[in-house]
Amino acid sequence: MSPRKIRLSTTPTQEALDDLRLGDIVYLDGLMYTAREGVYKRALEDKANIPMELPRDSAANFHCSPAARINPDGTFEMGAVTATASFRFAKWLPEWMAKSGAKLIIGKGGMTSKDYKAFFVPNGAIYLSTVGYGTGALLGRGVEKVEAVHWNEELGLAQAMWVIKCNNMGPFIVASDKNGDCLFERENAKVAQNLERVYEGTRPATLKRYGETDDRSDEVI
Amino acid sequence: MIPIDIIQKTAETLMDKAAIEIPQDYLDGLQAAAEVEDGDLSSFVLQAMLENYEAAKEDRRAMCGDTGTPRWYVKMGNETQIEGGPIALEAALRRATANATNGVPLRPNRVHPLWRTDHNNNVGIGAPEIEYGYEPGGEWIDLITVHKGGLFGTDYRMLFPSDGIEGIKRFYLDSLIAFGKRGLACQPAIIGIGLGGCKDTCMVLGKRAACLRTVGSENSDPKIAELEREFKELGNSIGMGAMGFVGKSMVVDCNIEVGYCHTGGMQMSVHAFCLSSRRAVARVHADGRVEYRTDPDWFTAYQRRETVEWDAPALDAAE
Repeated sequence: MSPRKIRLSTTPTQEALDDLRLGDIVYLDGLMYTAREGVYKRALEDKANIPMELPRDSAANFHCSPAARINPDGTFEMGAVTATASFRFAKWLPEWMAKSGAKLIIGKGGMTSKDYKAFFVPNGAIYLSTVGYGTGALLGRGVEKVEAVHWNEELGLAQAMWVIKCNNMGPFIVASDKNGDCLFERENAKVAQNLERVYEGTRPATLKRYGETDDRSDEVI
Repeated sequence: MIPIDIIQKTAETLMDKAAIEIPQDYLDGLQAAAEVEDGDLSSFVLQAMLENYEAAKEDRRAMCGDTGTPRWYVKMGNETQIEGGPIALEAALRRATANATNGVPLRPNRVHPLWRTDHNNNVGIGAPEIEYGYEPGGEWIDLITVHKGGLFGTDYRMLFPSDGIEGIKRFYLDSLIAFGKRGLACQPAIIGIGLGGCKDTCMVLGKRAACLRTVGSENSDPKIAELEREFKELGNSIGMGAMGFVGKSMVVDCNIEVGYCHTGGMQMSVHAFCLSSRRAVARVHADGRVEYRTDPDWFTAYQRRETVEWDAPALDAAE
């Protein structure tokens, strides 16, 4: 069975968000901005004014640093775009969502169902994961235009806030739903059923690691 | 004498090729994985990746937005001389890295670990790494660039002889599953395993096993080659595929490299070279000829030598 494919606006209606199911494939249209630790720290900890009208302009926050440059004439060259792992940004997201009204958090690897239930569901937000990972060239093709780049002087190109106009940009996979269920945890649980068998005939290390666990349903995030 | 301007120009071309063109051996390996993959989501992911490689080549854009941490492996024949010497060589490789970061463009990933200073060119303290190897005879230089992703999929553990193969298997599975969940390792990957050496060289061996050996290559020790096959199969029997979804493709290939270690220990490292296994190679000859390829051919009989002296004629006869 091949997954369902959906086109979605980066300023989506709540109805469209509620309709998304785990594993759906999504293509985005509209403005999207990159924000990761650099932007979160500057906006939330240093209280700098966010240089966009959010969420009016965009409700889609991409955990991404593009492979891109700013030309001497001020124009932009954007090649490939892919996401970075999102779990590292969990500590800033509740405040960021409140401030930015973000409805789509787009990144790599998703977050925990605990995070989804704690601050995605109350904000009506959904997590979209990039695919692969590393469909950078395909996503790059979905960039119709780089609208602006903010804070590149302060944060450097990799951490700057890039504003991208998306045209059928994808694929992305729906990794959380309106109930706060987590696609990756669902898959983890299925894989875990097989692990006992795979580990048969192996032996635990003679020298233990302090604080480590043998619980194979655990994750490293 | 190898002209330094040819080295820099070749290095810039290699940076571009590594970022954009998936090596054929990895592509063949992934296509084979895609043919047997039957998980719905995993299959979708592999198909998307195959389309992505095509898009990258057609558009001449980087295949992945995270273009890794570019580094250089340099190998020379014993008679090689470079215009300007080793200092000029390192300057040329640093310039090529900076120029290509702006030119391709690549993501300027390299920052200061504490101050997060970004020169926007992937050059800084100790970056790019430049490592060297030498071969008996010949006047040529091999330039190898590897742009490996840098956050997940790698681990090290001190094992002991009493841990045995069963202990090695356990740590191998632990590493694959820990970083395979949610696809943090960006699998299916070329898994490199370093066994032995000291802690630092064990990491180096494993990384080189992942990055400097091709899919389908075998260790020259037939018993290690057998382990490589067994480990590939073991990794693919976990029940996990791309992005950690249910599936059967975790390992495109498993390469093991060993080094002599402390008599009481059995150091082990695991490295994953991801869905964007970026490597590109060129040999520059003394007359300025440049030959491009994707197989680093790093682990020669000379690199794996076991004895005090190197018996060069025996190598020539064997080859």
